[in-house]
Amino acid sequence: MLIKQISIFIENKSGRLADITKLLGENGVNILALSIADTTDFGILRLIVSNPDAAEQLVKDYGLTAKATEVIGISIPHVPGGLASALAVLNEHNIGIEYMYAFVTRSADNAMVILKVGDNYEAIKVLAQAGVKILSKDDLASL
Amino acid sequence: MWNKEIETMSRKDMQALQLRRLQATVKRVYNKVPFYRKKLDEAGITPDSIKTLEDIKKIPFTVKDDLRDNYPFGLFAVPMKNIVRIHASSGTTGKPTTVGYTAADLDMWSECVARLATMAGATADDTAQIAFGYGLFTGAFGLHYGLEKIGATVIPMSSGNTEKQIMIMQDYKSTILVSTPSYALYMAEVMEDLGVKKSDICLKVGLFGAEGSTEEMRAELEKRWGIIATENYGMSELIGPGVSGECIHKTGMHINEDFFIPEIINSETGEVLPEGEFGELVITTVSKEGIPLLRYRTKDITCLMYEPCPCGRTSVRMHKIQGRTDDMLIIRGVNVFPTQVESVLLGIEHISPHYQLVVTKNGYIDELKVVVELEDSSLLDSFSRLESLEKHIRHKLHVVLGIDAKVQLAEPKTIERSVGKAKRVIDLRGEKQK
Repeated sequence: MLIKQISIFIENKSGRLADITKLLGENGVNILALSIADTTDFGILRLIVSNPDAAEQLVKDYGLTAKATEVIGISIPHVPGGLASALAVLNEHNIGIEYMYAFVTRSADNAMVILKVGDNYEAIKVLAQAGVKILSKDDLASL
Repeated sequence: MWNKEIETMSRKDMQALQLRRLQATVKRVYNKVPFYRKKLDEAGITPDSIKTLEDIKKIPFTVKDDLRDNYPFGLFAVPMKNIVRIHASSGTTGKPTTVGYTAADLDMWSECVARLATMAGATADDTAQIAFGYGLFTGAFGLHYGLEKIGATVIPMSSGNTEKQIMIMQDYKSTILVSTPSYALYMAEVMEDLGVKKSDICLKVGLFGAEGSTEEMRAELEKRWGIIATENYGMSELIGPGVSGECIHKTGMHINEDFFIPEIINSETGEVLPEGEFGELVITTVSKEGIPLLRYRTKDITCLMYEPCPCGRTSVRMHKIQGRTDDMLIIRGVNVFPTQVESVLLGIEHISPHYQLVVTKNGYIDELKVVVELEDSSLLDSFSRLESLEKHIRHKLHVVLGIDAKVQLAEPKTIERSVGKAKRVIDLRGEKQK
């Protein structure tokens, strides 16, 4: 049920994001979700893509430092309090969130959230028990 | 040993030889080089003033500007018809310092290099790949003739074209690599990228020189290449490579004292320092004919060691160069040498051994930025771990340098690689005033 995320180290230089997204685009890699964490000097670009293995190889061959990480994707109702109720489940079980980012899809009923937590399997278990929908690779592929 | 008689000579005999040659050199330049005649007259010295080796202290220093002021041939002590070769400094600013060699000088140069190559383990059975640039720069030719003299097979590759270097190294089974330490490191990186393993090549020994390096750099080179990495020293003004070199015990570089008399001075006062103290190296050439130099200030910081070496040579040794007086950056009043930064960075995981120092001025405050490449991806998913790496480097730099430096993590392979001497420092402090 885990989803592969690609993290890429980039320097804060103008044009870097454009270069990397162009590289992915030209090679048929579709970006489903992304987030950037940055300082004044560098940033980490985190990507959920249509074909993560190919994307990882692509950026590494391009000479970038990149790493694949397993994260959890969940689908939550796109209504006020939707995210809060999912996060409350994790909180009750003392599962800390390292980072997260959300995205909406064409279907407006649900929003998708990518979560990085300390213990993926425990988090999936408690979320599923609480009725939160966990996204699979196939779910993402059909987006 | 290449020349056992000279290399194991007793101190007393060596000093007697040095004195005889020093007296002859002073006499020669006094009579043949107007620049020295004037300089010695002004100091109240005639060739007869040199009665003991101690008297060398009375002789005024020669500095690089003296060569520039007398560009190109003003300090030559023989007519041009006796000069058979010209070389020049690799300096990037202004006119190059130019030197000339007589046939005897070239023989002496080969002798110097033959000795240091032999002490590093080279023999007639070896194949030496010379990856110094051929040209006005002395590095390539010096090692070339010295290695031929001992009977080694010389491959005059020159620098650059790194993938081809790796191919030739495999195909010709090179056993010795001659290059700058920074280029050797870059070659190792290219080799790894090509998927060539150190077991695929026959390299045994590295003869590295033309720029200073640290023990950490040596360890890195020995690990990456699986070789014994030795260092040698020289500069075009003195002869080129061949002034000194390390034996396999790596206890400092044995100086060819029969040709070069070393002294260590306090670079501010000019006072000669005792054995074991660090200061600026000053060399007097006592056999050179083309362009003999009296008490030449090298700007290199080292110390002299007279205690015996396990190899049996009796020659004085000089410590690895700690920095250059003109490499030294003064940042907020604190002396900083790039070599100090290098020794810190090479001890830290996750970053590559390539680095660059950028100095800027923010108002009246100097700022030092150390750019390092993030090499491995294991920290990548966690922002806090990357930040703590940055903090860790910053802290280590602070401990060693005594000042705060900014650390910038850069993408891999974005710091310029050099095929010759690495450019480690970018000083932008002068820029705004222009």
